[in-house]
Amino acid sequence: MTIAPLRRTARALACITLVATLALPAAARAADAADIGQVKVVRGQVTIERGDQTLAAAVGLRVRTADRIRTGADGAVGITMNDDALLSAGPNSLLSLDRYAFDATSGKGRFESGLSRGTLAVISGRIAKDAPDAMTVRTPSAILGVRGTEFAVAVDE
Amino acid sequence: MSERSRRGRRALAGLAVAALVAGCAPTGVVVLLPEKGGRATAVDVRQDDKSVTLDQPYAAAQFTRQGPKPFESNADDVQRRFGAALGALPARPIDFELQFELGKNELTAESRRKFDEVLAELAKRPVADVRVIGHTDTSGADELNDRLSRDRAGFVRDELVKLGLKAESIEVLGRGKRAPKYGKPDGPPDDRDRRVEVFVR
Repeated sequence: MTIAPLRRTARALACITLVATLALPAAARAADAADIGQVKVVRGQVTIERGDQTLAAAVGLRVRTADRIRTGADGAVGITMNDDALLSAGPNSLLSLDRYAFDATSGKGRFESGLSRGTLAVISGRIAKDAPDAMTVRTPSAILGVRGTEFAVAVDE
Repeated sequence: MSERSRRGRRALAGLAVAALVAGCAPTGVVVLLPEKGGRATAVDVRQDDKSVTLDQPYAAAQFTRQGPKPFESNADDVQRRFGAALGALPARPIDFELQFELGKNELTAESRRKFDEVLAELAKRPVADVRVIGHTDTSGADELNDRLSRDRAGFVRDELVKLGLKAESIEVLGRGKRAPKYGKPDGPPDDRDRRVEVFVR
C-alpha cells in the first residue's frame, strides 16, 4: 500500500490549515438510529426541548423526532437532516421536528416539521423529491408542501 | 441563494395572545427562493381549503383570513425578513470521487490532489459527518469485489483519521461492483469505476 506520498501532501495541508486556525471537524457523537439530523450552526441562545429535558444546543448535537428547537432574541440555528435537507431558524423562533423517516437506499421518506413562531429557511433534500407532500412544514395558519425547494417562511406571533 | 452578508433584524409584532383568540387573523409569509442550479422548485401553500402554488423565484404568499394571498418578494425584502435565518443555514453537503490504481489501495495521482480538496472542505466545517462508499469495476467475483470496495473505503477513512478526523464521524460502506457509474453492469470493466465516493455534510 503506497501511502507515503499521499500522507506527505495531506500532512502539509493539515499544517497549513492549523496555522490558519482552521481545524478538522471536532468529535461529535456518532449517529444512532434515533438521530435524524445534526446541529451545524448555533448563534446566541438556542435550546432543544426533548421530552421533559431542555438541552443547550451545541454544534454537533444530533436531533431527534419530537425535538422542539427554540431560539432566543439573539439566537439562530442551522441543522442538516439525514436526507440532506438544510433547515435554519432566526431569532425568537420555535421549530418542531414532528415526524421523520428516511430510507437512504431508496431515498423515500417523510418529514413533517412545524414553525409556530419566528422565521425558518429551508433547502429541501431527498425526501422532498420523493413525493409531493413527503416534506411539509406546518405553521399556525397554513401547511406548506415542499417540492425540491429553497424557501423561507415567517410566522408573526 | 440570497446574499447572506448582512443579517437583517426583524421586528416582531406582539401578537402572541391575539393568535389564541378565535377569529384573529393568521399572519405570516412564505417566500420561494431562487435555487442554485436552476432546478424547478415549488411550494404549495394551503390554508384551510384554499391553496396557492409558488413556483417562481421570489414568488411569495401572505397568510390572511381569506387564505394565502400571493405577492412578489425580492432579494432585499428576503434579506430584511429572513437575514438571520439565512445566515445560519448550514453548508451544503458536498461529494467527491476518488479513484484507485488497479489492484492496489493506492489513489491515482489526480485523486491524491482531490483528497486535498476533501480536507479543505472538512476544514471549513466545525462538525462534519462523512460517508465513504467504496466501489470496484465490474471484473471479478462479487465476494472479492465486496471486500476490495470495503477495503478501499476503509483506506480513505484511515487516512482521514490519521489527519485528525474522529472515526465515529465517518461511516464506511462497500458496494462491490454493484453500482458501476462508468461501465455497464454486464459490460467491460471501466477503470474509473475503481473509486470511492466521499460525502461530506
